[in-house]
Amino acid sequence: MNVQANKWIGQRTIRPDGADKVTGRAAYAADTTMPGMIWGKILRSPHPHACIRSIDTSKAEALPGVKAVMTARDLVDFPIDKSVMLGIQDMRWMCRNVMAREKALFAGHPVAAVAATSEAIASEALKLIEVEYEVLPWVIDVEEAMKPDAPILHDHIQFEGKPSNIAGKLEHKLGDVEAGFAAAEVVVERSFRTKPVHQGYIEPHACLVSVLPDGKTTIWSSSQGQFMVRAMCAHLTGLPQNDIRAIQAEIGGGFGGKTIIYLEPVALVLARKSGRPVKMAMTREEVFRASGPTSGSYSTVRIGATRDGRILAAKGTFYLQAGALPGSPIRGAAGCAFAPYDIPNVHSLGFDVVSNRSKVAAYRAPGAPIGAYAVECVLDELAEALKMDPLQLRLKNAARQGTKAAHGPTYPRIGFEETIQAALEHPHYRAPLGPNQGRGVASGFWFNAGGESSAQVNITEDGNVVVTTGHPDIGGSRASTANITAELLGIDYRKVSVLIGDTSTIGFSNLTGGSRVTYASAMVVTQSTEKVIRTLCERAAKIWKIDPDAVVWEDGEARPAGDNAGQFPPLTLAQIAARASETGGPIGAGVQLNTTGAEGGFATHICDVEVDPELGTVRVLRYTSFQDVGRAIHPSYVEGQMQGGVAQGIGWALSEEYIYDKQGRVDNPSFLDYRMPVCSDLPMLDTVIIEVPNPKHPQGVRGVGEVPLVPPLAAVANAIHDALGHRFYSLPMSPPKVLAVLEPADA
Amino acid sequence: MAKLHVSTTINGEPTEFLCEPSQSMLDVLRGPLGLTGSKEGCGSGDCGACTITLDGRLVCSCLVLAAEAQDREIRTIEGMAEGDRLHPLQQKFLEMAALQCGICTPGVLMAARTLLEQNPDPTETEARFWLAGNLCRCTGYDKIIRAVLDTAAEMREAAR
Repeated sequence: MNVQANKWIGQRTIRPDGADKVTGRAAYAADTTMPGMIWGKILRSPHPHACIRSIDTSKAEALPGVKAVMTARDLVDFPIDKSVMLGIQDMRWMCRNVMAREKALFAGHPVAAVAATSEAIASEALKLIEVEYEVLPWVIDVEEAMKPDAPILHDHIQFEGKPSNIAGKLEHKLGDVEAGFAAAEVVVERSFRTKPVHQGYIEPHACLVSVLPDGKTTIWSSSQGQFMVRAMCAHLTGLPQNDIRAIQAEIGGGFGGKTIIYLEPVALVLARKSGRPVKMAMTREEVFRASGPTSGSYSTVRIGATRDGRILAAKGTFYLQAGALPGSPIRGAAGCAFAPYDIPNVHSLGFDVVSNRSKVAAYRAPGAPIGAYAVECVLDELAEALKMDPLQLRLKNAARQGTKAAHGPTYPRIGFEETIQAALEHPHYRAPLGPNQGRGVASGFWFNAGGESSAQVNITEDGNVVVTTGHPDIGGSRASTANITAELLGIDYRKVSVLIGDTSTIGFSNLTGGSRVTYASAMVVTQSTEKVIRTLCERAAKIWKIDPDAVVWEDGEARPAGDNAGQFPPLTLAQIAARASETGGPIGAGVQLNTTGAEGGFATHICDVEVDPELGTVRVLRYTSFQDVGRAIHPSYVEGQMQGGVAQGIGWALSEEYIYDKQGRVDNPSFLDYRMPVCSDLPMLDTVIIEVPNPKHPQGVRGVGEVPLVPPLAAVANAIHDALGHRFYSLPMSPPKVLAVLEPADA
Repeated sequence: MAKLHVSTTINGEPTEFLCEPSQSMLDVLRGPLGLTGSKEGCGSGDCGACTITLDGRLVCSCLVLAAEAQDREIRTIEGMAEGDRLHPLQQKFLEMAALQCGICTPGVLMAARTLLEQNPDPTETEARFWLAGNLCRCTGYDKIIRAVLDTAAEMREAAR
């Protein structure tokens, strides 16, 4: 597509849902009520690991105002030793995550729930539920969980023939890694640790569920996919999917953490039992204790190169903490770690390790930041050993078109080199630094994703446009859809309304996640709009009584072409719409696809920090991210994704971590003690959008949202090394750790 | 215990409500009064999503008892636009894409409005510290700060 010719693609239009959100009227998950609604609350295990001997709910049921009580017995049982996959989630784990069955596997694990006429009564009723636990030894840390004498969470899980907490292994191999290391002249090997961190969405999980006596069910909830909510609830409750209408509320942030369910099936069962609509909302403490953070990790990376900086071999081993049930993002860690580089010999291994903490959920480029942190820090040391500029080392080994990646693909046209070149040429890279200041760089990769999407484009009787897609809009995707539709139709984008359909009003659409929404919805919206344009031309041809092939659509109107050019005055969208009934009926088209061709995304980041030698605090002074986005349909929201990911990465690097007490419970389950970056912690976050169009996409789009979280951990770590001359091999690089280096206890 | 009767003013409208002695202002706003623009992100005063003003002072409504509203003036996000005219901050947030998911936006806007009322010409640092009590996980704050500073400049220009 010719960039110069675009009127709306690439414009910073006002998002269709904007006024709704700045006036406080947008309805999020907790903002809706229903007549007769009651409140549901969850009883959670105080123990990180315990057999549930019995649960007596009789006293709770007898409390006036209590309308329903439930336990895991009220959900469909999926035997623990038989996999039932739904997308990437295994329902035998999901059913146990929603409510403990045989054992409570983490402190905060749901064991029962009640619904009552008020929140206060529901809370009171929880205290009346008697649970008999047999407390078991527990383990939280990923390395501890792999020790021979570690408590075993799941008896049926075996690794190398023995009961183990290692629940899965993933391996990528390319070439002969031992031969590669043998030929290498410089080898660097280091081990790294990261703490589990939470996605940190500001909106806690919430839902409102109504079940009618005939089983017809409405779920109003905040999630990254209404179809996921429908399917999982159907699996867990036994309802057929057609009886469940899942309506996506506006979503107050997700970052992957809302790609699974927690409350919805519980509220559904309570609503079914009580005959009343049930509302549930997590407290922030519950969000921290029991909703999906991402893994903590222990990684070892070894990279070997020639003296002139050609990387010959790389090996990475990544142990990721899954939490109570299997499912660590080892694919992202082991698959993305070396993906930016053209390395002939690679061996990358990921291990999925269960332990007694809440089950992980996806978090922005799941696993990839963990892998990249280790690799990009080792590359920094390698550059130092080779006396090479760290960006030049990356450029020399950058993957490009034709590079075979260890995780499988041979790359088509990609834009990684362009990100490094742009960083090298940017004034930031040459700006002077003061005392206690340092600069670090790092790169990163994410697969991106296609998958199922549906769209419907309808022309209103007055000649405007309503587009419906099936993806919750988590960060401005409606604006991209409006830009694309307006561009194709040649009309003002304000004539396009964009809505998100529920499971009963639009075709199946996979999750908002994996950096897939703008990519995939652009494809179905484009094809739907092209069908509409063909219809509009046919209607004009009918009015003019000429052949439809002799009509073209230009600048928002049908024009006679070829031999008929100039014979009739053009017909606008509004004129054709006004005559829709007489020319064949309503005008609209829908397309449903399983989209493919989402090619990888790459970024390179530059970070400047200043270390306060007295306080041990690290302040990010300047940050610039360079990312190949393929094509920025709405540049402001592309920049917003880049800035948001960087901010989360800075938090992961410097201040965020789960802290556990001696009883195995989260000790910092609040925003006060779990320290995410606040406004005064950060500088402006500069962005450089690089557009190397994806040849497989109608607008050239690649995914955007995940990649920005991949490089920052190492970029910050490398900057601190540049400032202090000391390397940290564990995150977060918080003041106590920094001070321990600056003021050693024995000094 | 019997419910308390409270007479207050919300967004310029005389308002009465009944509440439990222990109920927070946020609960009453979101519940009986139906003003769900103020959001609950934490319930402990750490996130700022429930920010309102009480007699012009910024507060987290989750930390204010509803009974404290007696004879006070409350402003919430629902009163920020005048009729169909958005406040300049609201308009600028849209133009500069200073929101993504939007859940923190009502609180951020309430805090930013109070900032500009008290300090029409804030520096970037002043704006950052003023808004440090309003968590945003989506934007990295960059576009929020730019929008606040741009709005301040425009409002100063308009006031000349």
